[in-house]
Amino acid sequence: MSMAVDHLNGEALHHFPDAHTEFEASKLGIWLFLCTEILMFGGLFVAYFIFHGLYPEAFVEGAKYTDWKLGAANTVVLLFSSLTIALAVHFLQKDNIKAAAVNLAITFGCAALFMLIKGIEYSHKIHEGLLPGRWFSHAKEAQELPTYFAIYFTTTGIHGLHVLIGMALIIWVFIRTIRGGFNSRYYTAVEGVALYWHLVDLVWIFLFPLLYLV
Amino acid sequence: MAHDSQVSYLKYGNQTGLWSWLTTLDHKKIGIMYFISIFIFFFIGGMFALLMRLELLHPEPLFSADQYNQMMTYHGAIMTFMVIIPGVPAFLGNFLLPLMIGAKDVAFPRVNLMSWYCLMIGAAISFATIFFGGVDTGWTFYTPYSLETSGNTIMMVLGAFVMGFSSILTGVNFIVTIHRLRAPGMGFFQMPLMVWALYSTAIIQVVATPVLAITLLLLALEKVFGVGIFDPKLGGDPVLFQHYFWFYSHPAVYIMILPSMGIISELITTFSRKIIFGYRAIVYSTFGIASVSFFVWGHHMFVSGQSYWTGWIFSLLTMLVGVPTAIKAFNWVATMYRGSISFKAPMLFAFGYLFLFSIGGITGIYLAVIPIDVHFHDTYFVVAHFHYVMVGGTLLALTGGLYYWFPKMFGKICSELGSQISFFLIFVGFNVTFFPQFVLGHMGMPRRYHTYLPEFETLNIISTVGSWMIASGFFVTLGVVIYALLKGPKSGDNPWGGTTLEWKTSSPPPHENFETIPTVTGGPYEYGS
Repeated sequence: MSMAVDHLNGEALHHFPDAHTEFEASKLGIWLFLCTEILMFGGLFVAYFIFHGLYPEAFVEGAKYTDWKLGAANTVVLLFSSLTIALAVHFLQKDNIKAAAVNLAITFGCAALFMLIKGIEYSHKIHEGLLPGRWFSHAKEAQELPTYFAIYFTTTGIHGLHVLIGMALIIWVFIRTIRGGFNSRYYTAVEGVALYWHLVDLVWIFLFPLLYLV
Repeated sequence: MAHDSQVSYLKYGNQTGLWSWLTTLDHKKIGIMYFISIFIFFFIGGMFALLMRLELLHPEPLFSADQYNQMMTYHGAIMTFMVIIPGVPAFLGNFLLPLMIGAKDVAFPRVNLMSWYCLMIGAAISFATIFFGGVDTGWTFYTPYSLETSGNTIMMVLGAFVMGFSSILTGVNFIVTIHRLRAPGMGFFQMPLMVWALYSTAIIQVVATPVLAITLLLLALEKVFGVGIFDPKLGGDPVLFQHYFWFYSHPAVYIMILPSMGIISELITTFSRKIIFGYRAIVYSTFGIASVSFFVWGHHMFVSGQSYWTGWIFSLLTMLVGVPTAIKAFNWVATMYRGSISFKAPMLFAFGYLFLFSIGGITGIYLAVIPIDVHFHDTYFVVAHFHYVMVGGTLLALTGGLYYWFPKMFGKICSELGSQISFFLIFVGFNVTFFPQFVLGHMGMPRRYHTYLPEFETLNIISTVGSWMIASGFFVTLGVVIYALLKGPKSGDNPWGGTTLEWKTSSPPPHENFETIPTVTGGPYEYGS
């Protein structure tokens, strides 16, 4: 029964009174999910500030080993991808399926570029022995330098995982878009992925200055 | 065959096989699946409790200290993560929420089913640790011990992490359902108090649980890679773990207790046949408790090296919880005043709740006073206190709620005599078990040890005998439920004379809950004048 719902023509799942309610409910669900994301990252930011307070010299030293140019480039890439995914939603609202698909593809490209740059940064750091825990072999002035990198790799790692999940979601809505699964009456999934993607962007906007520009 | 809109959800589409249950999207069937699984978890967790009490019957050890530590860990972890947290919201809440607001289902039925699977997978992982080294950290996983023990903490933490998703998804689902799917005419202040309780619980689930997720993730990273976040040897801060953990786990206490307060509101108004006294006051106090719950976690850490002023502020805020809680208690009592009270089994559970929860709550205020807490910390006084809240409060409400809504779930009614016997066994047994523990704690008996000084023996024997009474009470409950399912008389649609929407449809309800979606014109508790 729920399988045969014709969303493109304004039908809704059986337990919703109408399509508008279904859309609003889905959007509220996504927003609440984003709240949980913010609280989860919030825990990491708390760890950042606690250890920054305890070992400020480790953070000053640690930030020297990050490349602010690569970080800034990634910030621009993610900000731009937030624009393109917003445009994808905008074009779906205008029933311009082709433009929406193009913008989703660009968003995916930006996400891949972000991960590529991140990968270059990671491999440099691992090469230099900055990976925390038992692998840490880099010379250090501050005794707690590994703690900075524990925070660095945990926060950027979990953020990177979110980017990867976002990439999978973008491919999913991209395929559904080119197969004609969305139009101006039904684009809930794209809206949801876009909201999620803005959050991924937002988290990075905080991570960049905190980790690179201490 | 009757038309789809009338046939019971249990027989909908002629699908009754196991597969139809495991793939169902019907919130009622998912609720029943939670019921069965939580009941099983409860008996496993209870078995560990009985073993612990058996060990403590005499000071001479029966089990090794390590075995006792593991039993204590599994009892705590199973009862919190698998029984009391999902107990009321995921089981009763799932079944009732759409019925109570006149909806056909929750907003996201697939997510609802997924959250049941999250609980099952998380529980399976947690139980598997028994065969992979066991866990002996206690359910709190405190660092640095959890980093050093050879037990399989990582796997247990992973299980709790997955179960956390179950809780989050249920919370998200309920909030959206309440916001978007209320029947026409039902404003927020026409909602039954159970719905308000589920709503505030869902908010805590959504806001607090992600912090547990990141805490457990960091703990696993620390344990596997030694990254130096919690381990003091590597420059980490073990007290930070406690802050993180209680930032979730104190609000989690209110995930456990708030929905049970919703049940009590429903029971008391129905069995007093009187409109609830102070509807809005109960609603606001629910939110009062939910908001304050986020700012009291430090009261678990009065002896963990918090600063004097931090302890002072947490102490004050903790005592503040007493205000909205007392508002509820007084409103319940005022509801009964000059009501036409019937002493049916669910109402007995509500009375038991009022009595036991009051003791649990008031001893909570003792423990909020720092000098007293320093004395009582890690003694049996604390154990008795939180069991009075969690068992005397939540479990009593859950059992009362089960008897109350059982006719709605299955169209059968539980034996009144059997239900009352189970109440007396549980209520008396509970006090016999846990009241001596207040005294023991006061005398200085520390918790979490598998043995004790000989002078504590008499009270420990009493306590262990009480645990057998509680167990027999719950076995009677199990018997009553099974008998009612097999041979119970038909209940009729509204056996208790309830006024909320779930009583306006048939028992058991049809797949889409109502033949036609009701239009609400008045408040939830309007008894004929």
